[in-house]
Amino acid sequence: MVATVTLTIDGIQVTVPKGTTVLEAAESVGIFIPTFCHDPELSKPGACRICVVEIPGARNLPASCVTEATEGMVVYTASDAVIEARKTNLELLLANHPDDCLTCHKNGECRLQEYAYYYGVRADAFPGEKHQYPIEDDNPFIVRDMNKCILCGKCVRMCQEIQGNNVIDFAYRGFNAIVTPAMNTTYSDTDISNCVFCGNCVSVCPVGALSEKAMLGMGRRWEMKKVTTTCPYCGVGCSFDLNVKDGKVVGVTSTDGDVNGRALCVKGRFGYGFIHHPDRLKTPLIKKDGKLVEATWDEAIALVAEKMGAVKEQYGGETIGLISSARCTNEENYLMNKLGRVVLGTNSIDHCARL
Amino acid sequence: MNNLNELRAKCKEIYKQKLSRPRVVVGLGTCGIASGGDKVMAAIKKEVEARGLDVDVDFTSCIGMCYREPMVEVALPGAASVVYGDIFPDKVAQLLESHIVNKKPVYEWAAIQIPGEATPYEGIDIMEQSSYYGKQVRSVTSRLGRTNPEKIEEYIATGGYEGIEKCLQMERQAIIDEIKKSGLRGRGGGGFPTGNKWQFVYNTPGEKKYAVCNADEGDPGAFMDRSVLEGDPHSVLEGMMIAGLAIGADEGYIYCRAEYPLAIRRLNLAIAEAEKHGILGDKILGSNFSFRIKIKAGAGAFVCGEETALLNSIEGQRGMPRVRPPFPAISGLWAKPTCLNNVETYANVPFIIRKGADWYASMGTEKSKGSKVFCLTGKINNTGLAEVPMGITLREVIFNIAGGIQDGKKFKAVQSGGPSGGCLPEEKLDLSVDYDSLTAAGAIMGSGGLVVMDETTCMVDVAKFFLNFTQLESCGKCTPCREGTKRMLELLQKICDGKGELKDLDTLERLAKVIKSSALCGLGQTCPNPVLTTLRYFRKEYEAHIVDKRCPAGVCAALLCYVVVAEKCTGCGACLRACPAGAITGEKKEPHSIDTSKCIKCGACMTKCKFDAIIKA
Repeated sequence: MVATVTLTIDGIQVTVPKGTTVLEAAESVGIFIPTFCHDPELSKPGACRICVVEIPGARNLPASCVTEATEGMVVYTASDAVIEARKTNLELLLANHPDDCLTCHKNGECRLQEYAYYYGVRADAFPGEKHQYPIEDDNPFIVRDMNKCILCGKCVRMCQEIQGNNVIDFAYRGFNAIVTPAMNTTYSDTDISNCVFCGNCVSVCPVGALSEKAMLGMGRRWEMKKVTTTCPYCGVGCSFDLNVKDGKVVGVTSTDGDVNGRALCVKGRFGYGFIHHPDRLKTPLIKKDGKLVEATWDEAIALVAEKMGAVKEQYGGETIGLISSARCTNEENYLMNKLGRVVLGTNSIDHCARL
Repeated sequence: MNNLNELRAKCKEIYKQKLSRPRVVVGLGTCGIASGGDKVMAAIKKEVEARGLDVDVDFTSCIGMCYREPMVEVALPGAASVVYGDIFPDKVAQLLESHIVNKKPVYEWAAIQIPGEATPYEGIDIMEQSSYYGKQVRSVTSRLGRTNPEKIEEYIATGGYEGIEKCLQMERQAIIDEIKKSGLRGRGGGGFPTGNKWQFVYNTPGEKKYAVCNADEGDPGAFMDRSVLEGDPHSVLEGMMIAGLAIGADEGYIYCRAEYPLAIRRLNLAIAEAEKHGILGDKILGSNFSFRIKIKAGAGAFVCGEETALLNSIEGQRGMPRVRPPFPAISGLWAKPTCLNNVETYANVPFIIRKGADWYASMGTEKSKGSKVFCLTGKINNTGLAEVPMGITLREVIFNIAGGIQDGKKFKAVQSGGPSGGCLPEEKLDLSVDYDSLTAAGAIMGSGGLVVMDETTCMVDVAKFFLNFTQLESCGKCTPCREGTKRMLELLQKICDGKGELKDLDTLERLAKVIKSSALCGLGQTCPNPVLTTLRYFRKEYEAHIVDKRCPAGVCAALLCYVVVAEKCTGCGACLRACPAGAITGEKKEPHSIDTSKCIKCGACMTKCKFDAIIKA
């Protein structure tokens, strides 16, 4: 029997297991609380303060993401004080953020934009200094625009806690605080940075500070059809979303996979260039007079069956060996196994992942 | 269990020997050294050797009268000790000639005397009756300037380590009860009851616990902890040992800012000495209690004075505050239950144990017991360290102990509690100095820095100074502190530049309110206080900047205009030559004039003018 607590959020009684946060309790009954730095998969820094709520008796407005629900607690998620704090903090973030939603690739999928719209906050409350950092795009995979960063630190925690690479952390203080690899270098400076370009930092960025380089300019977020599929590169079987526009794959983004969560590797996330590559083989080729000539699948399979059949006839099935691929699905590998043992009559079958 | 009786008897004998000899003692705290104390020391040694005087030359730490450094104490057996102020190397020969050789004090250089059992000299203030010390109590600071902080013998001879000896005979809960009964509250500024904090750590189950000392004193104008560490390091060690014993910790850390090299050196020395005598280390005094203390030097971040950021820093992480709860008492250093107090809090503990909780609670007010060490700085006559009973008024501290305002100017405000504190005006001077009264007035007790300002201080400029400080020192973790202080600072700059609008004051107040209510840690939650209190008590000054485009204190350069009073100008040309911008013109012996479009408002002309013919308008 799990111990529970009952609290009242915006007048609604909620019973949750002990240890649940106020944010989780509110979400469980469909009450909206905005968050930037919170992520259920990562540790909880309680940093961005956008999720503050009012709890009578508390000294200040506590962050709901790190406040444990207790028995009898009363919570207001949209009191005047809460809304004032959220709006002001949004204004503060926007005051130091480029006003370029028109061309930002995150347009339509940006939390800052979403909350600014929700709370009716404009970007001009505090005219003042804005950061003018150079945009980092000296690598083939990830573009970092720290002018857009709201310092939620999710990328830092993703890199530390999920990827385990510890490439980035906060540096400097006050207004000049920034997320950066050590010595304020770039991801691609391999003398210092041990970035493997998995792009998992990109997957958690709530704004346009981190982006997939190859997806820039390839389409707005709402134009992309997301097709969830399994990565063909290795046997782990990570899930991800192919982003398809006009019948073309224009990028890969994380989905919440059973196997991998949102984590992907550099190949899975960025290695999709072969799909529409001009050198890619799209039909089987049959060598005729020393030259490879395009053929249909029927022609090719018939030819292979004929030749294999001849070898089996003359020398016996056990003289044939098969090597399968880790890039095939389990089902495909199973069929390969059936083909070898049942149809061809050979036990000589192996798989590239073992080599 | 062993006791310290034999060692104590030996130490007392050594100390008695020292006091029975003619001696010259130089104040070598950081303030003394900065004023040239080490050169004075060298001059004294040279002089003593040259004359072949039979006198011991020793050093001590700062006695508290920093404004009289370098200070030198001269004592002859059977006579009152005289502490001299402003003793520079050129005065050494005369001082020794008169006081040591001819046995006559140099009356005009004497600051105070400490007669002890001897007859006092006439014409020199007796310490306890002097204007500086008359209203003070000397408890935590009792050894400062009186003993050699690098000699454990002198600590032991003056009652040191009696506390831990006594505690080793007590039940652990009884130690905590004694601290609770004393009413001691955290001296780092928060004012949390120390006994209760110890109780939480005691109650939290755990094999491994820590006692950590916060010596990351970073408020502008605060040097209480440095003075205690430099002057009485063993008292802090003893306080930590007692805490460790009470809560069940076997390890302690002192997080001391690296900007305090002398404090760190003396602490290291004290630890080594205490370990050598079996007072610190394994099986202390043959008991089952083991305790070790390590020093971690801070790397210069103000935010590391915040307890959870401090713990992160000890662990090797970036100094960024953690979310509380869990509080360090439950999950602190390396997630173990941790007792975290500041230097002055720990230093109070041995005195409370030795003299009893009732003695301690007899000082102070109902809710703020004991004494508090303050650093008196700013536009006052006597800058220095003062330990006062809680409940004393700000007026007594500023006008009696600190000797009032420099150059006969008018008092304007006192800033208590550093960047987290507030500026209080003249009408608040009769406020009792205790945690609750100061908080109610919008300031805080803080760690004990008192910065006094006079009529030449612009309160908008002061608010800007503190906001600039907190903005630079914000760790950057939470939005309101990182971004909000920046915008507040920009608004204050705008007002100082004469471009302010009245609605900016509303914006400042809104930002302050949101930062206070939604920032993550104590730094953020308190950093708007200097703005809020100046707005509360000096709103007219803000309005003068905005509406009249005038800085009443004559500080904000953009709102100033230097003009020549023609009737007073003799045409001497001194201002013309001093002006770096070529803004002054005029024929010899004719009144000069200043071209305001060229003037960079440096004030050089005004400083040079001997006829008060240049004024700020």
